[in-house]
Amino acid sequence: MVETVPLETTASATRTGPRYATRRRIEGWLLVLPAILLILGLTIYPLIQAVGLSFQRWDLQSQDHPFVGLKNYGDALGDARVWAALQNTAIIVVAAVVLEFLFGLGLALLFVGDFKGKRLMMPLIMLPVMVVPIVVGLTWRMLWDNQYGAINQTLSWIVGHDVNIVWLAHRDSALFAMIVTDLWQWTPFMFLVLLAGLSTVNPEIYEAAALDGAGWWQLLRDVTLPGIARVIAVAILFRGLDALKIFDLIYMFTQGGPGTSTESISWYIYQLGFKFFRLGYASAASFILVILLTVIATLYVRFFMREETA
Amino acid sequence: MTAATGYANAAATQPLVSRSAMRRDPWRGVRALLRYVVLVIFLLFCLFPIVWVIGMSLKLPGEYLRNPPVWIPEHPTLAHFQAVMAARGNLALKNSVIISVGATFFSMLIGSLAAYSLARLNTGGKHFAFWLLSQRMMPPVVLIVPFFLVLRGLGQINPALGLDSHAALIALYTVFNLPFVIWMMRSYFDAVPAEIEESAQVDGSTRLQAFRTITLPLAIPGLIATGAFAFIFSWMEFLFAVVFTRTKAVTLPVAIAGFSGSQGSNWGQASALAVVAMLPVFLVALLVQRHFVRGLTLGAVRG
Repeated sequence: MVETVPLETTASATRTGPRYATRRRIEGWLLVLPAILLILGLTIYPLIQAVGLSFQRWDLQSQDHPFVGLKNYGDALGDARVWAALQNTAIIVVAAVVLEFLFGLGLALLFVGDFKGKRLMMPLIMLPVMVVPIVVGLTWRMLWDNQYGAINQTLSWIVGHDVNIVWLAHRDSALFAMIVTDLWQWTPFMFLVLLAGLSTVNPEIYEAAALDGAGWWQLLRDVTLPGIARVIAVAILFRGLDALKIFDLIYMFTQGGPGTSTESISWYIYQLGFKFFRLGYASAASFILVILLTVIATLYVRFFMREETA
Repeated sequence: MTAATGYANAAATQPLVSRSAMRRDPWRGVRALLRYVVLVIFLLFCLFPIVWVIGMSLKLPGEYLRNPPVWIPEHPTLAHFQAVMAARGNLALKNSVIISVGATFFSMLIGSLAAYSLARLNTGGKHFAFWLLSQRMMPPVVLIVPFFLVLRGLGQINPALGLDSHAALIALYTVFNLPFVIWMMRSYFDAVPAEIEESAQVDGSTRLQAFRTITLPLAIPGLIATGAFAFIFSWMEFLFAVVFTRTKAVTLPVAIAGFSGSQGSNWGQASALAVVAMLPVFLVALLVQRHFVRGLTLGAVRG
């Protein structure tokens, strides 16, 4: 052990030589090797397999899995359920993310700075984000219930007569219920992220702008929002990508019903794969989703996170 | 101590702000009041459903199946907890612990090594780091069909690795946590100046020794926070769990979802199991409060 130490020293003493650089590189790749192998084995390989699957007819009826070319893709693009599911997903994502952003921003603007009770309330506000999504689904399923739920009861008190809305039995009200539930879980996330962003804006800029006679709205538009533009872009990107995966709430609220009217795209692909066992078709549908997501995410990054090079 | 210095700072800057603010803003008091009113409403909104599900777990069927609903349990009981933990709850809790702890351990081990390499040795450069991150953007539903076939194949060779096994979910959650762990740990390793480590190496330590004695201790708060998030993500996951388990490896979310059926059926037991699933996350979350924003945005926003 004592012998090897000086050797090490001489090796790292020449830390500019080509041999040192090569050793560093090999060391570096050795350290990431387990991670790469795992990702190759459990993400890339299955993905390649799924591409192959999407060109095959793979279901319970057929023993062999004949190559059918782009037929699955063609079928999926002509499938009204795919489009209905995409539409439902888009409605939920856009409504939820926009409202979460607006509420989160409003609250963050109200709560920026120091005031009594802030340190006590922060952990409490975080709680909804930390509730297991299936538990969120169960809890709100009970709250939305038309007979035994607290929501109809509260509405009854407000309007003064009995309210009996069967929220989860109709498409529009069920989507509304999902959006409100999503708002409950994720508005705190937006709020906390935007608050973290706001607290990095230099207060002197406000004072300077206020001395110049800028009004409240002008301050918000010209100073605050540009100051946290990057934070906003990141928060919306993360929340949007997450909301697109909506599955747990559908499972607990409606299972896609009534009929197939409240299916999300994740739910429909799950049904294709594990209820109808049309694995080839399910793979084609998921790749259409991946392509769509990649296009949207790329455009988003292009337009809203352009100046960012970090 | 920190609060005291905070107030001192506030006091130092206060006169400048408040004098100009008072002159142009006669609504200060109203705004402070509005702030507290909104705060109370927001807090009630955040807390009410959590209190409701806890309440449901304490109510007997005669209370939770009453119209209009009973808000405060009249005869609180722990019967649902006993019943559900005597039945499927016990196994689900055990499975959730085994799978989440296992996935956290492996993703932290493998992810931290990679993160260190990215942070110190700049392995693969920026593009490699973004490629790793992009793995997380993939909607999980895309992978369930090919995973299913892989696991079915493995199960025919060795059932302990196939469908409905702990190992399968541990492996899947490890891979899904990896991009997150690598990005988080990279940002924590970046925060430890490379010079300290290099000077130790000049003094005769190997890279491994320098890592163990200098970088690792300094990165421990980050390690704990990242591990806590990896645990929480694994604990909450539902899609893979519901597709790839049947009876033996069922986790808490799957067991809770298993109660969903006709209206009101077994809400008491479902709620009891929901509380069992919910409370550990709250405890772990207390640990990582300060890292919350960074954790949920992968360090893309400082928090």
